Amino acid sequence: MNSLINWIDARFPLMSLWNDHMGQYYAPKNFNFWYYFGVFSLVVLVIQILTGIFLTMNYKPDAQTAFASVEYIMRDVDYGWLIRYMHSTGASFFFIVVYIHMFRGLMYGSYRKPRELVWLIGMAIYLSLMGEAFMGYLLPWGQMSFWGAQVIISLFGALPIVGEDLSLWIRGDYVIADATLNRFFALHVVALPIVILGLVVLHIIALHEVGSNNPDGVEIKKKKDENGKPLDGIPFHPYYSVKDMAGVIAFLIVFAGVMFYIPEMGGYFLEAANFVPADPLKTPAHIAPVWYFTPFYAILRAVPDKLIGVVAMGGAIFCLFLLPWLDRSPVKSIRYKGPLSKIALFLFAISFITLGVLGLLPATPMLTLVARIASVIYFAFFILMPIYTSIESTKPEPERVTMK
Amino acid sequence: MRKSLLFFVLMLPSLALASGGTVPLMNANTDVSDNASLQSGAKTFVNYCMGCHSLHFMRYQRLAKDLDIPEDLVKENLIVGDKKIGETMTIAMQKGDAVKWFGVQPPDLSLTARSRGSDWIYTYLMTFYVDESRPTGMNNLVFKDVGMPHVLWELQGLQKPVYETITDSEGNEHHVIERLEPVGEVSQAQQTEYRRTVRDLVNFLEYAGEPAQLQRKSLGWKVMLFLFFFFLVAYALKKEYWKDVH
Repeated sequence: MNSLINWIDARFPLMSLWNDHMGQYYAPKNFNFWYYFGVFSLVVLVIQILTGIFLTMNYKPDAQTAFASVEYIMRDVDYGWLIRYMHSTGASFFFIVVYIHMFRGLMYGSYRKPRELVWLIGMAIYLSLMGEAFMGYLLPWGQMSFWGAQVIISLFGALPIVGEDLSLWIRGDYVIADATLNRFFALHVVALPIVILGLVVLHIIALHEVGSNNPDGVEIKKKKDENGKPLDGIPFHPYYSVKDMAGVIAFLIVFAGVMFYIPEMGGYFLEAANFVPADPLKTPAHIAPVWYFTPFYAILRAVPDKLIGVVAMGGAIFCLFLLPWLDRSPVKSIRYKGPLSKIALFLFAISFITLGVLGLLPATPMLTLVARIASVIYFAFFILMPIYTSIESTKPEPERVTMK
Repeated sequence: MRKSLLFFVLMLPSLALASGGTVPLMNANTDVSDNASLQSGAKTFVNYCMGCHSLHFMRYQRLAKDLDIPEDLVKENLIVGDKKIGETMTIAMQKGDAVKWFGVQPPDLSLTARSRGSDWIYTYLMTFYVDESRPTGMNNLVFKDVGMPHVLWELQGLQKPVYETITDSEGNEHHVIERLEPVGEVSQAQQTEYRRTVRDLVNFLEYAGEPAQLQRKSLGWKVMLFLFFFFLVAYALKKEYWKDVH
């Protein structure tokens, strides 16, 4: 065994890669529950790629046969139903774990110096993931696939001058059609997965270069022992590999519970209207995007003007990119920030969830008003951040991490 | 504060549903593990529905296997014409004819239980009522002015609407249907029998919407049980490794 490793090591940096990322990567010893969600998203990524490969073997990217081929997978392919539900449940779980992972970053200031690039690469993953999910949702070719895509792509038409041509270029036709399905299939199964995998590798390389943050937001690299090892760090392997293994299994129990017993999740993971084949002549009474897009969709609808709405929706995502430079607090973690930051983060979370719920509902005047208030809170969180983070008084950060 | 906000957020969907203003759906009370009910539903479907409605994605062979009906019986009783057991439950009615006869092509029912829901189909089949203004002489509470005749009327008997007058907030009076009541004498036994027939039929359609749900539900807990024991081992391992971390 050793001689094999030596043989490889003479030709490929196997042991140094292992040590840099596992065996001698020192992670803070005080990770809490929220720190599982990074590895969970990695697990879901693997699930999506593996199940996606098997789905591709049986799916037909053709407007005439796509819907029927999904039903063929559900009924005639051996364990096709399992593969398909794993993929559809995985799509929603991907966003659940990624949203929690991002919220963890917000709480503990994981986007702060020196982790700005970790955050920016993470945001790029999030954007690619939204594209991946949007294109994947067209593939079953149900009513909601069709009309959801129709609504979202027509948003590009709101852009001045190039808008109409742009949406025509994206669709490849005047409406969502076979050409759209084919290109979305290509992008969903080849282009974006490659982009996402590459970005995930960059995300981890950047993280391991600067080291992980922790719930106290203190840099463990500041306090090292005589060998140069962080006093509050423990090697990722075996400590976090065994801990993450237990966490991943617990996660898979929840995942299996949903997948086997409530795969439709009451119409949120698999929408009822999507069990009707796409029909360009019949608009569904109520078109709502899948739940993970609804916070941004609600912001779009809250603005009376279509173009400004599209800009606001884009801005809502763009704000997140700026976080590392908006936060002026002397401390990283919410544990030591002042009350203003705590209230702001709490209101932000509430507004995000509220917008998510509102985006699923028809826009009545009362609900539109609520959506406007929530949108204002959403943007105020970012716009006012340089102010409230610099004027509030913070608690002193501890010298070493705490194990609470 | 936190709780009241959470309550508000959680209640939003129910507000929207309450304002929908449709007929409240009856509970179909389906149970796809009830094999006798599925078999009876399959029989009703073939006898009453399949003249016009197909189950485009449902294979006879799958049905025979899942519902525990010998293939010979399926061939004798459920397959009309010279179809093979491996084929799906399609019908001979042409689209053009269907449109001429009913105004629209009767939809394929493979996935209706998933798109409309079992309770909707159940309520739909329970709420046909006499309406002379319609070409079929029938109307429906959940699907207003539906083109489909009440195919099961001989089983249910006819129903007529009982109207009530309500005054809206602007003082205008409206005649609305308060409930449906049987035309003539319909025995309690017949009503019970009809409810059971429709329930079995809806149950069958729910099964047909996702035949794999039988395997799904029986496999799920085994996977979860395995993962649970795996978790215990993994957790013990974690505990052991982390003993020296303080």
